[in-house]
Amino acid sequence: MRSALGRVRGLGSAKSGTGHWWAQRLTAIALVPLAVWFVLSLLAHLGAPHAAVAHWIGRPVNAVLLLALIVALFHHLQLGLQVVIEDYIHGEGSRLAVLLSMRAAVALLFLTAFVAILRMAL
Amino acid sequence: MVEFALPANSKVGQGKTHPAPQGAKRVKEFRVYRWSPDDGEKPRMDSYTIDLDQCGPMVLDALIKIKNEVDSSLTFRRSCREGICGSCAMNIDGTNTLACLKPLNEVKGAVRINPLPHMPVVKDLVPDLTQAYAQLRSIEPWMQADTPPPPDAERRQSEDERAALDGMWECILCFCCTTSCPSYWWNGDRYLGPAVLLAAYRWIADSRDEAAGKRLDALEDPFKLYRCHTIMNCTETCPKGLNPAKAIGKIKQLLVERQV
Repeated sequence: MRSALGRVRGLGSAKSGTGHWWAQRLTAIALVPLAVWFVLSLLAHLGAPHAAVAHWIGRPVNAVLLLALIVALFHHLQLGLQVVIEDYIHGEGSRLAVLLSMRAAVALLFLTAFVAILRMAL
Repeated sequence: MVEFALPANSKVGQGKTHPAPQGAKRVKEFRVYRWSPDDGEKPRMDSYTIDLDQCGPMVLDALIKIKNEVDSSLTFRRSCREGICGSCAMNIDGTNTLACLKPLNEVKGAVRINPLPHMPVVKDLVPDLTQAYAQLRSIEPWMQADTPPPPDAERRQSEDERAALDGMWECILCFCCTTSCPSYWWNGDRYLGPAVLLAAYRWIADSRDEAAGKRLDALEDPFKLYRCHTIMNCTETCPKGLNPAKAIGKIKQLLVERQV
């Protein structure tokens, strides 16, 4: 029985979203050089023994760039999946549940990659 | 959750066929969406074949001819027949446009005509735009300035300031763009849609308006604004050749700008 204007105004503006939008663009830009560097590095180590790869990751420059890559990658992944969930999952309850599960899964994946790099680098 | 089943009245059946008049040489078929809230029947596509030698050049001419001469029950909105009132917005040949601006010879084969997509249908080609109008009202599309205008004079703009509004004041609010946007289809209850965001930016960009900050505050929302993913359907479909996607991009730009 609410008026159309009342429904449309709803709970008002969340005063957020700009940070999300901006971070999505920045991580995308950061991922371009990082991804190119990563793929080229992988190609350079095709068929290399474990010790050679470990030595490569052990160099601080490579370890730092690898960590930067996964920070940007998983942050970007989380931001992008959030957009998909907000687009297609309706109802506050289910949207929140799926959003939180997605974030937990991405965080665990990120930590797994993080620990893997540290173990090889240190 | 995600809805897998189609809502009621989503399936459109085959309707009546009205053949061409005898002796017609140049004919064209129109397949028109029909649905009435009164008879309890499912939506259907009626077929009308028209003698083009006895018809004006635009799709609206054909619709008016059908209503006048073939089937008076066909219901659609129209008024100015020259692309300035926005009443005859509908989906023609798969694209939202104004029936009065769409030449018949641009459509190959039968002309398929449906109401604007994903809006509630009042009857036949008449969509219910209540929500879109309320969304327009919600962005307060009028000048807001605390400084009073000069006594007995208008608020003045430089030529450049006035030019900043070009490409926005021309919008006739036909909602072709809004109803072409998948984000509006999925989240139209919260996403404002391209037409309303273009109108919002029209006031943000107006040098005489003093409420830009308040307007940006009201738009800064994951749903009201940021459901736009810049797929440009709005710009593609606009029968007036305007660019709502660009206006939305400018709003996003200003929201970053005021943080740095």
